[in-house]
Amino acid sequence: MASALVDVRGVSKTYHRDKVEIPVLRNLSLEVPEAEFVALMGPSGSGKTTLLNLIAGIDRPDSGQVLVAGTELGTLGESDLAKWRSRHIGFIFQFYNLLPVLTAFGNVELPLLLTKLSGSERRKHVETALDLVGLKDRMHHYPRQLSGGQEQRVAIARAIVTDPTVIVADEPTGDLDRQSAAEILDLLAQLNQTYKKTIVMVTHDPRAAERAHVQRHLEKGELA
Amino acid sequence: MRVFGLIFKNTLRHKLRTALTILGIGVAILLLGLVRTFIAAWYSGVSQSAPDRLVTTSKINITFTLPISQKEKIERIPGVKQVAHGTWFGGIYKDPKNFFAQFAFEDAGMFHLYPEFIVDSATMHAWETQRNAVIVGVETMTRFGWKVGDIVRLQGTIYPGDWDFLIVGTYTGRTETTDDSQFIFRWDYIEQRMEKEWPARAGEVGWWVVKIDDPARSAAISKAIDAEFDNSADETKTQTEAAFQQSFVAMSGTIIISLQVISILVVGIILLVAANTMAMTARERLSEYAVMKTLGFSGGHLFGLIGGESMLIAFLGGVVGIAAIFPVAHGISIALRAFFPVFPIEAKTLIIAAFSALGCGIVAAVFPVTRAVRMRIVDGLRRVG
Repeated sequence: MASALVDVRGVSKTYHRDKVEIPVLRNLSLEVPEAEFVALMGPSGSGKTTLLNLIAGIDRPDSGQVLVAGTELGTLGESDLAKWRSRHIGFIFQFYNLLPVLTAFGNVELPLLLTKLSGSERRKHVETALDLVGLKDRMHHYPRQLSGGQEQRVAIARAIVTDPTVIVADEPTGDLDRQSAAEILDLLAQLNQTYKKTIVMVTHDPRAAERAHVQRHLEKGELA
Repeated sequence: MRVFGLIFKNTLRHKLRTALTILGIGVAILLLGLVRTFIAAWYSGVSQSAPDRLVTTSKINITFTLPISQKEKIERIPGVKQVAHGTWFGGIYKDPKNFFAQFAFEDAGMFHLYPEFIVDSATMHAWETQRNAVIVGVETMTRFGWKVGDIVRLQGTIYPGDWDFLIVGTYTGRTETTDDSQFIFRWDYIEQRMEKEWPARAGEVGWWVVKIDDPARSAAISKAIDAEFDNSADETKTQTEAAFQQSFVAMSGTIIISLQVISILVVGIILLVAANTMAMTARERLSEYAVMKTLGFSGGHLFGLIGGESMLIAFLGGVVGIAAIFPVAHGISIALRAFFPVFPIEAKTLIIAAFSALGCGIVAAVFPVTRAVRMRIVDGLRRVG
C-alpha cells in the first residue's frame, strides 16, 4: 500500500443542539492512499459527511488530527485553511451548489479567481475542465438551462479545475436519476483511473460505492 | 469574469427588489438634499453677508424705527466709512399672496454699499431723478410680467394708502445666490407723503447700514455706535450683517432644528432600506457563501462581494437621488420664490448626500458581512451526515 495521502488519526466530533450533545465521530482513524477511490457508506447520522468535512478542512475535530498531503489541518488558521482548501481540495456537493448568476464557464472559473492565473490562462483551464466532463459546448449556459446531471458535471469541472490533491464528493449522485448517476460515476472513475486523482466519496448507494476501490462503513461515528 | 462582475450579476439577480431599493434610497437622498437646501435657503442671507457691513436697528426690536438725525452721529464715529438707511415697506400688490420684499433706500449710496446688486448707470440716473422710481429685481419682474415704464400700485400696510411706483429699470445679482427679487425705491417718496399726512412719522428710518474700514474692528465700532445713543429715546443695537441675518434665522430656530432632525432621520431611512435589502440578500445566499468559502474564498472576499453589492446599490440610489435634486429643487424654488428668493443647492449638500448614500451602503453591509464571515461552512451548507 502506498503512503497515506489522507491520514485521519483518532478524531472525535460532537455537535451541540441547545443543551443536547450529539456525538458524531468517536476516536475514528482512516488512511486513504494517494490515487485511491474510497467510498464512505453508512446510515444517516453515522458521521460520514462530518468525516468528509474534516478531510476537506471545512470543519474541525474536537480531538484528533487530520493530515492531508502532510499538512496537519489543525495547525492552520481560518485564512490559511481557506488558502489550503483552494489549492488541495475539490469539493463536489450533492445538490451541485452552482452559483445561479454565473454560466457554466463562470462557475468553473470561480476557484481560479483565487489564483494568479491570467484571464487567458484561466480560460484555457476552464475549457479543458469542461471538455473533460463533456460540456464544453454548454459553457455559456446558466445552471437553470442545464439538467441535473449536467449541473453535477459542471460542479465536477469546478472541483478539478485547480487540479486539487484530493476530490471529496458528498453523495454526488444523490439527486440524480439512474442514467445521470451512472455518467457521474463513470466520470469520477475516469478521473481516478486516468488522472490518478484521489477521491473520497460519501454515498448511500451501493451501486455507487461499487465503483470505488475501497468501501468503508460507518456506524454511530465509528468505522465498522 | 472578475469579482466585480460577480457583484454586478448579484446586484441584478432580483431586478425588481434592487430597483425598488435604488428608488427608495434615491427618494431618501432627494429628501435629504431638499431638506439641506431648505436649510441653506434659510441661511442664504447669512452666507451672503459682507464682513465690512454693520446693521444698526432699534434696541427694542427691528419693527421700531430710528430717527434720521442719527446719521451724522454715526458718520462721525472712527472707523465708519459710509452710512445709509433702509426701510421695510410691506405693501401689497393686488393680493397678499403676491409677496415680495420692498425696501425704501436713502439714495444711490445704498447701492454702493451693496455691490452685489448690479444696476446700470442709465437706470441709476433715472432712479435718482424720479421720486417714485423703483428698481426691481429680474426675478420679480419676470414673476409678474412687468416691464420698464410700468406703473405698479402697492397698497400700503405700514404706510397707509395706495402708492404708485414707476419701474425705471432692473437689477441683477452678481452671483447666482444673490437675491434678485427685491423692489427698491426712494425713501424720500414715502417721507414726502408722511410729512404731509402723518407728520409724527416723518424722519423715521428702518435701520442703518454702516460700512466700516476694518472688519476686525466691527465689535468695537458696533459698541461705539450703540454707546452714542445710550440713554436716548432711540437706543440702538448694532451688529455685523451676518449676525443681523442670523437673528432672523434664529427666529425660525425650531423649524431649522426640526429640519436637521428630519435630515438625520432620512439618513436613518436610507440605512434601513439598504440594510433590509442586504440582510435579505445575505440570508438567501448563505449556502452560496458557504460554497465559496469551501472553494477557498476568505472573509475578505465575502466582505468585498457583499459590501460591493451594498455599495453599488447605495451608489446607484445616490446617483438617482442627487440627479433628482436639481429639477425638484428648481420646481420648489419657482413655487416658493416669494419666501425663498435664493434656493441654493450647495456643493456641501451634494457631498453630504453622496457620503450619506455611500456611508449607508457600507453600514448596511456590516451585519450581513459579519454573519457570512462568522458562519461555519457546515452550517451554511445545512447538511450534517
